[in-house]
Parts: sequence; C-alpha cells; structure tokens
Amino acid sequence: MALINSHILTSIIFLPLLGALILTVMPSRWKVEIRIISLVISILLIIATGVLFWIIDPSGEFDFIERVAWIPALGINYYLGVDGISLLMMLLVSFLLFISILVSWREIDKRVKGFHILLLVLATGMLGVFSSLDVFLFYVFWEFVLIPMYFIIGIWGGKDRFHAATKFIIYTVLGSLLMLVAMIYAAAQTGSFDLMSWYAHKFTASEQLWLFAAIAISFAIKIPLVPLCSWLPDSYSEAPTAGSILLAGILAKMGSYGLFRIAMPSFPLAVAKFSSFIIILALIGIIAGSLIAMVQDNLKRLIAYSSIPHMGFIVLGLFVVDTDAAGGAMLQMANHGITTAALFALIAMIYSRKKTMVIDEMGGGARSMPILAAVFILISLSAIGLPGLNNFAGEFLILLGAFQTQTVFAAIALIGVVLIAVYMLWVIQRIFFGKQKGGEAERVRDLGFREYMILIPCIALVVVIGLRPQFILSRLQKPAKVFVELTKRVEMIIPASEYENNR
Amino acid sequence: MLELIYRHISLQALIWAVVFLPLLGAAFNGAISVLTAGKERALYKQWTAFIGCLAPILSFLAVLTLFFTLIGFEAGTPSAITGPLFKWIVSSDFMIDVGLKVDQLSLVMALMVSGVGALIHIYSAGYMWNDEGFARYFAELNLFLFFMLLLVLADNLVLMFVGWEGVGLCSYLLIGYWFDDPAKAKAGTKAFIINRIGDVCFLGAIFLIFGVMKASGADSAVDIFNFETMGRYSGYFLPISTAISLLLFSGAVAKSAQIPLHVWLPDAMAGPTPVSALIHAATMVTAGVYMIVRLNFIFVLSPFALSVIAIVGTATAIYGALLALTENNIKRILAYSTISQLGYMFLAIGIGAFSAAAFHMIIHSFFKALLFLCAGSVIFALGGEEDIRKMGGLKDRMPVTAWTFMIAAIALAGIFPASGFFSKDAILWQAYERGHTLIWVIGFLGAGLSSFYIFRLAGSVFFGEPNSEVEVYKKVSESPISMVVPMMLLATLSALGGLVGVSEIFGGSNHLGLWIGDLIQDEISRAPGNTSQGAHLILTVITMLWSAHFSILGWLIYAQKRDWPDRISRKFSPVYKVLVNKFYVNEIYDLVIIRPVIWFSRNILWKVFDKTLIDGVAVEGSSRVIGVIGLLASAAQSGLLQHYLLYFLIGAVVVVACLAL
Repeated sequence: MALINSHILTSIIFLPLLGALILTVMPSRWKVEIRIISLVISILLIIATGVLFWIIDPSGEFDFIERVAWIPALGINYYLGVDGISLLMMLLVSFLLFISILVSWREIDKRVKGFHILLLVLATGMLGVFSSLDVFLFYVFWEFVLIPMYFIIGIWGGKDRFHAATKFIIYTVLGSLLMLVAMIYAAAQTGSFDLMSWYAHKFTASEQLWLFAAIAISFAIKIPLVPLCSWLPDSYSEAPTAGSILLAGILAKMGSYGLFRIAMPSFPLAVAKFSSFIIILALIGIIAGSLIAMVQDNLKRLIAYSSIPHMGFIVLGLFVVDTDAAGGAMLQMANHGITTAALFALIAMIYSRKKTMVIDEMGGGARSMPILAAVFILISLSAIGLPGLNNFAGEFLILLGAFQTQTVFAAIALIGVVLIAVYMLWVIQRIFFGKQKGGEAERVRDLGFREYMILIPCIALVVVIGLRPQFILSRLQKPAKVFVELTKRVEMIIPASEYENNR
Repeated sequence: MLELIYRHISLQALIWAVVFLPLLGAAFNGAISVLTAGKERALYKQWTAFIGCLAPILSFLAVLTLFFTLIGFEAGTPSAITGPLFKWIVSSDFMIDVGLKVDQLSLVMALMVSGVGALIHIYSAGYMWNDEGFARYFAELNLFLFFMLLLVLADNLVLMFVGWEGVGLCSYLLIGYWFDDPAKAKAGTKAFIINRIGDVCFLGAIFLIFGVMKASGADSAVDIFNFETMGRYSGYFLPISTAISLLLFSGAVAKSAQIPLHVWLPDAMAGPTPVSALIHAATMVTAGVYMIVRLNFIFVLSPFALSVIAIVGTATAIYGALLALTENNIKRILAYSTISQLGYMFLAIGIGAFSAAAFHMIIHSFFKALLFLCAGSVIFALGGEEDIRKMGGLKDRMPVTAWTFMIAAIALAGIFPASGFFSKDAILWQAYERGHTLIWVIGFLGAGLSSFYIFRLAGSVFFGEPNSEVEVYKKVSESPISMVVPMMLLATLSALGGLVGVSEIFGGSNHLGLWIGDLIQDEISRAPGNTSQGAHLILTVITMLWSAHFSILGWLIYAQKRDWPDRISRKFSPVYKVLVNKFYVNEIYDLVIIRPVIWFSRNILWKVFDKTLIDGVAVEGSSRVIGVIGLLASAAQSGLLQHYLLYFLIGAVVVVACLAL
C-alpha cells in the first residue's frame, strides 16, 4: 500500500495495462466477463483520478511527483507529476474510457477481447501523456496512444475503415517524426529531456521558431487545426463509437494539452511570433468547420466536423495568452470531451434504432423516442453554449479573455457561436421533428438501462459543471497563471536587441 | 398579514422564492413528463395543472408581498438584495455572483411577469387540457417563468444574460411545441437562431464592459458586473459607450423583434396561443426594453446610440402597423402589432424617455396578453381556425371574449380612459416636448394605423355577418371558466392600469414614472417639466380624436362593408402586394444570406477546401510521394502489420541516428 501511495501516478497509469494483461489470459469467448473487467478498471480509474483531483493542492505546483533516472546518459527520466489541468484530463480519460466501454457493449461483438485490450492499452498511453513531465516519456506515451487507435479504426471501423486508418496513420507518422526530431534537438541543447529544464533554457530566437513549428505541427494535427484536419472526418466517422469518443474527447485534447504544456511555455518567442497566424487558423476552423458541419448529410460526419470549431475555441483561448482565456480553454477541454462523447454515444443509439446515419432518412424521432430526443437536445444546448450548462463557462472565459487582447479576432469568433447554434438546431429539427420518416408506425424503443448508464453521468456532468464550474476552475487558475507567465516572458529570455536582430 | 410573513420568512428567502417556485414547478412537471413519456397521461393532468399553476401564483404572491414591504420603506431607496447565493464563475481577476436584486424597476416588472404569467398559466390549463403533451407544456412554461424572473431580478449583467438565453430556449421549445408539423419546428429553430445573433452581440457588450470595469479599478473582490457597481463607475463607460450601447441594443433588437431581426416573431405564432400571449407579447419580447432601461446609465452616455435606437424604433413602429393592416391570420396581426408597439417603446428610449418606455411596456403587456387570450379563445371555439376572413359575428356566441377584446382594443388604440391612452400619450408627448417633431409625426400616424388594424380585427371577428360555416358557427360557445376568468382580470387591468401613470394635465400624477424615475440618471438630471400644459392637452386630444376616427373607420368597414377593402386593394395593387408580402424581407434574407451561405459551404468550403484540395494534394499526394521513395510504398498501401513495423523501424532509425550524434 505504501508503495502504491508513493507511486500513485504510476499505479494509475499502469492499472489499465495490468487489466489488459489479465484480459490476454482470458478465453476470448468470455465476452461479458471481459467487458465487466474493463468496466471495473475504468471505474477504479475514475475513483482514483477523482480523489486525486479532489485533494490536489491548487497552488499550481506539480504534485504527486515521481522521478527516477531512466536513461541517465541522455538525460531521460521517468518523471511524472500533475497539476490541476493534468488531473482534469486524466479524470476525463477515465470517464470517457468508462463511457467507451459501455457504448461498445453491444456495438462491438467481434474480437471483443482484442478490442478491450487495445482500449486499455490506449488508456495507459493517454493517462501517461497527461502526467509526463519528461518530454521523452511524453513522446513514448504519445506513440503508445496512436498505435492502438490505428487498429481500433482499422479493425472495428465502418465500411471505409481502411482508408480512414491509413489517412490517420500518415498524418500521425508525419507529425510524430517532426516532433521527435525537434525534441531530440532541443534536448541536445538543454542536455535533458526534463520539461522544467526546457522552461528554464534560453533557446535562441531561430531555434525557438523551428522547434515550435515542428512540435506544434504534430499537436495541430491531433487537435486538428486547419489545414491539417482532413483526416478528421474520415477517422472520426469511420471509427467505432468508442474510437470516435476517444479521438474527439482525448486525442484532440492531447494536442491542445501538448501546446499548453510543452510547446507554448518552452518557446514563448515563437508564440509571440506565430500567435496571430495560429489564431487565424483557429478562426478559420471555427467558421469553416461550422459551415461544413452545417451542410453534412451524414449525422456522424456532422458531429465529427463539429469538433473543429470547438477545438478552435480552445486554441484561441490558449494563443491569446491571457489568464482568463487559458483557464477557460482548459475547462473547455474537459467540457468538449464530455459533450462530444455524449453526442457520439447518442448518435450511436440513434443508429442502432434507425439503422442509418443519413439525416434525410430520419425525422420525427421525438415522437418515437421522446427521452432520447430530450437528452440529445440538452446535450446540443450544452454544445451551443447555453448558460447554465457546461460549455458556457469555458467559452465565456475564452472569449472574455480574447476580447481584452485580440478584440477583432474575438469578435470574429463570436460569429462561430451563432453558427454552432445554426448547425446543431438545424440537425435537431431534421432528425427529431416533423413527421416520422420511413412509415414506421410502430414505436422504436426508447432508452434502455445501459443507455441510461451512459447518458445520466454525462447529463449530470453537463449540468453540474454548468452550475458550479468553480469547483474545476479553482484548480485551473494557478496552472493558467503559470502558463501565461511562462508564455509571455519574451523579454526575459532574450534581450530586445537580440530579438530585433533575429527578425 | 405582512407581519405574519416576516415572522417566518426572511426577505431574502422571499426573493429567492419568487424565482425558484416556478423552477420547482418545472422540475415537477418535467419529471411527470419524462416518467409518463409514451404512456397514458390523463391521470396526471390534474396534478400537472395544479402544481403548474400553483407555482406562478405563489410566486406572484411573493412579489406582491415584496411590493408591499418595499413601499413601506420610508427612508432610503425601496430596494433589497439577496446577496450572493454562490459564486458562479471566479477567475483570477473577476467573479460572477448569483444574486438577486429587487428595486423599483425590477419589482414592477416582476409584478407584471408573475401576475400575467400566473393568469396565463391558469388560462393554459383550460386551453391545453386536451393536448397529449400537457405535462411537457407546463414544464416548459414554468421553466420560462423561472428564466424570465431570473432575467428581471438578476443583480448582475451575466446572470441577466443567463435569464436572457433561458427565455430564448423556452421560446424555442414552446414555438416548436407541436413539433410534428415541420413548419412549426422550423419556426422554433428560426426564432432561436435569430435570437442567438442578438445574444452574441449581448455577449460582446459584456466583454467590452468587462474591459471598462477592469480599467476603472473597481474592486475585483466584488462582482464587477453587478448593476450597482457598474452604475457607480458609469463615467468610465464614456469612451466606448457607443459600441457597448449599440451591441446591447442589437441584443434587444433580436429579442424584441425590431427591424431588421423581426422576422422570427410572426413565425413564432406557430406556438400555442397562451405561449404567444405570455412569451411573444407580454414578457420575453419586452426583455430588450427592460434591459436597456436597466442599463440606462450606459445608454445616456451615447447620443448617437440613442438616435439609432429612436430611428429603429420609429421605423419598426410604423412598419409593424403597416403589415398588420393586410394580414389575415388573427395571431399574426397581433404579432405585427406587438412588433409595432415594441417599436414605440424603443422610440421612447431613443428620445431618452426611459420611464415612459417602461410604463408602456407594463401597460402593453396587459392589453396585448389579453388580446392574445381572446384570440386564443376564438381559435379554441372555432376548432383551430385562425383566418379572420372565416370569422365574424362571434360576439353573440362568445360575449365575454368579445367584450374583453373590445376593452383591450380600446386600450391599444389609446382611447381615454383605457390604460393604453396614458402610456402612449406619455411617449408621444415626450417625443414632442423634447423636440423630435418628425418622430412625433410618425408615431402619430402609427397611432392611427394601430387603431385601424385592431378595430379591423374586432370588426371582422366579432361583428358583422358570420363568415364561418353554419355548423361551425352554431357550435361555437364561450370558453371554459378557467380561460374566461384570466381574460376578465386582464380586462380590468387593461381598463384601469393606466391609473398608475395619469399625467399632470388630468390632475393626476405619474406614480409609476416617478417611482422608476429615481433609477434613471437622465430623468433625474432633467429639470422638471415647465412646458406648457396647454400644448400637452391639445396634442393629447388631437391624438385621441385621430385614433378614435380610425377605430370607428376600421370597425365600420370590416363589420359592415367587407367588400370595400377588396376594392381598395385592387386599386392600389402594387402597394398592397408589397404589404401582403411583408416588404419581401424573408425572401430577401433567403436569397441574399441563407442560400448563398449554404451554397458556398456545400460547394466551395466542403467540396473544394476539404475534399479535393487538402485530401487530393496533401494526403493522397503525400502518399504518392512516399510511393516514389519506394521504401514506404508498402506501408501506405499494404496491410496493417507492415505499417506498424515500418513505423517503429523509422522511429528506431531516427533515435539511433540521434544517439550517434
């Protein structure tokens, strides 16, 4: 017990891997048992990360630190530590793992064992990404995530899964290679992969630009940021529901978290230089993503595209480098994870009843499945950012912060707030209202027990975070402050004259 | 009585009760609605109706208690605050509380909202009795009342925004209440989206206000969005007061259906009639006026913004009145009338007459709610018929509806001594007194048109020959008691409500104006009127005679000579066509905005940007490049495992290479 106490993060991270090992020795015909074990592990993770999040000291310092030399010759440490935002993300990972397993209960019926093993391995990778303070370790966990995801899309995906998986892996390989090269170079400069030493090191201006560009591209692919987003609709919509949930809910956040944790505070000069450019890309994502989502014919693709504008808001919140906006962006990472997971789960429920994802073939759903419709509307309202539901507090803070420094950009982002409402309400109208399509006079069954188990926690979070965001926000404030201080220290790092020379 | 209440309930608890009672009602009815989804619901109806109506009534009684408490305050301002229930959003440099405030303005508004709201809930119990979604209806209506009271009583701008968005949501849900009909569902979506445009402007204003308050050096340990705090630092708003005012006004334009965002309100008539009465006539649509009056200390700083408001208000006043002339749907006529009357309120704000605007807002809600309830009674009796050309002669069949409608019509036309006379007179007189002659002239013309269209409606529906089919007409009877009683109460208010604001020329005193006036900086600083009372009297009499003539004309033509309008419309057919088509505004929006945006998104953004360009060049292209390299070709095209191995191989090579370095 003492060992676990002193290695609490390691225990949490490798708990799912342990579960995966247990699953490997189980016969694959024990489908239910496999699912139950996975579910239990996800619940344990929720409890563990939840407790840590509850007790963490909101001082902005890293807590629960574990540091063991791993490859001393290269300055690589097994260095773990968390603050409010990392724990929030780990909690999100645990929660979405729980949702993913429940969502796949019926949906995944072939190769159940393999699927759950991959899911648990994926969880280990994701938890590791959010708790690494060593860049190399971060990279290892990062890779740990991509490969299981590739298989989940490629094996359990929809009709076009192979194409989608290929696209996913090409983008990923390109991004990871760039990131690795940049990381190795930066480590060679600082002499260590320790993130803290990166923060402290004075990279020259041109180093910063190149390193930031290389690392940020990899993160931008994950988010995804325009124009690196063309893998998204295919992967999100071809993946099985659990895959979509984790792609949109966690993998996208790995990108924004990477920017927040590594790329931006380490290379403040590059942020100062690139921020307008990246904000413009985010704005294009917000506007164009919403417009493209609006005209989708396929429900799953619509929800897939809807991630782009929401992630655009998060990127905007990070790159205006403002305490309020950064806090909002972090809160929004969790909010978008919850909301989008619920939406993907809901459309999977619709699919299991209507056997189609084509919006025009639906209609009148509110008559046959009133509760599902009501929940869908509630979650959509959360996505739209209705005050009192979870997304509002985050978006409000992002835009409030952005307005103070980048008024014009923020004003453009406000257009996106309208457009999000347009496509969500329009799709609600088309799938739930009007006369029932397909002449099915008999009632489709409304929600079942397992589906309530998925949706009730989501609804609870949507409402509770909406009413009391303070519980989370108070733990994000200090990390946001630290982030802003690090990212704004252009003059501190390089004298102004040298900065000018390098331009 | 009051003593007894004080002994058991604190003032704060009472204020919270005003807001939360309807929420409890909504929760109860929502639970019933969910639990009985798809099952037989008849059993639950009594409970739904009972709780659904009890909550607003208790809420109203609580407001009434507050009212009698506050007018008892002899020294100091009659206001009370609850203090924060909890801190909602706290950031490093600001925080937002959840707290309520009762003062003169919010109290009057809350009285109106909860009073009219309670009456309409009771009316709804009769009107919606046979609807299968009874519990859902009451849940949504109660929820609306909660958000509306939150909007009114909020002590800070962001909480007000919560109510602001919340009422929009309920409006959306209730317009599309009968969602089986695609047109109704579409109307709901349209309303929400157009309101969303306004909401975004409101948000923008909040962010600008935040910037101002931060710069003003207000203590960040208090809620800087608190109206009182903002009022204290109002001077700091001067540099960007125009931007803030115009943004806030844009929010009001959407919510209160002013040009150019008025298009949602006529469509919103798709909702059940009591909803139209409560949300789209009496309360929600007046929220824009309320918000501006509440924030008057920002608006008075920007003469430019005020003139924009005056122009938009005046234009909308005459525009709505014109469109009401040619409309044939009973509810839509009233909707255009609402648009027009709201225009009058904004006109008043634009000329700086905030308390006159508030006065008209309250009075208008009485008679307009009544007009809608009467219309609902007619529609109910005729089994859903809404076309006034198929009505007529109904006064013999439903006398209470007819005569209460006449009272409301007289109030709308502004004929002495009905309530609307005083409130409209207050606006027009102030326009004249402050030297806005052109605005006065247009308002005067609009007053004539209002009288004409409302008596056209009265004449067509209640008088003259019945135009409905004989069997239908024979079956028509007065509505049930639960509908008639609210109508009679509102008729009393419409008739006598004006007494709270009798102008000096009749020897009265404008109680309401004076009471609210304390809150309004502009009117505090303005010297008490020393203009001639004679001029006021003459103008008032002229205006009333003008309105009375049009009233009689409208009634005569449509009750007696129904073939005249056809002849007139044939004679002026181009003008008539433009009016019937509402100046083609919807068509223009469709052609200029909606279609191009959808076309652009579908054919340019999606197809070119996402599918061809990036996919074709970047992805497929890059895989082709990789193919050329040859080594990676198999990875891009072959099975899964190779991919995986190769990928690690590359990684390993890079790592080794770097180690070697």
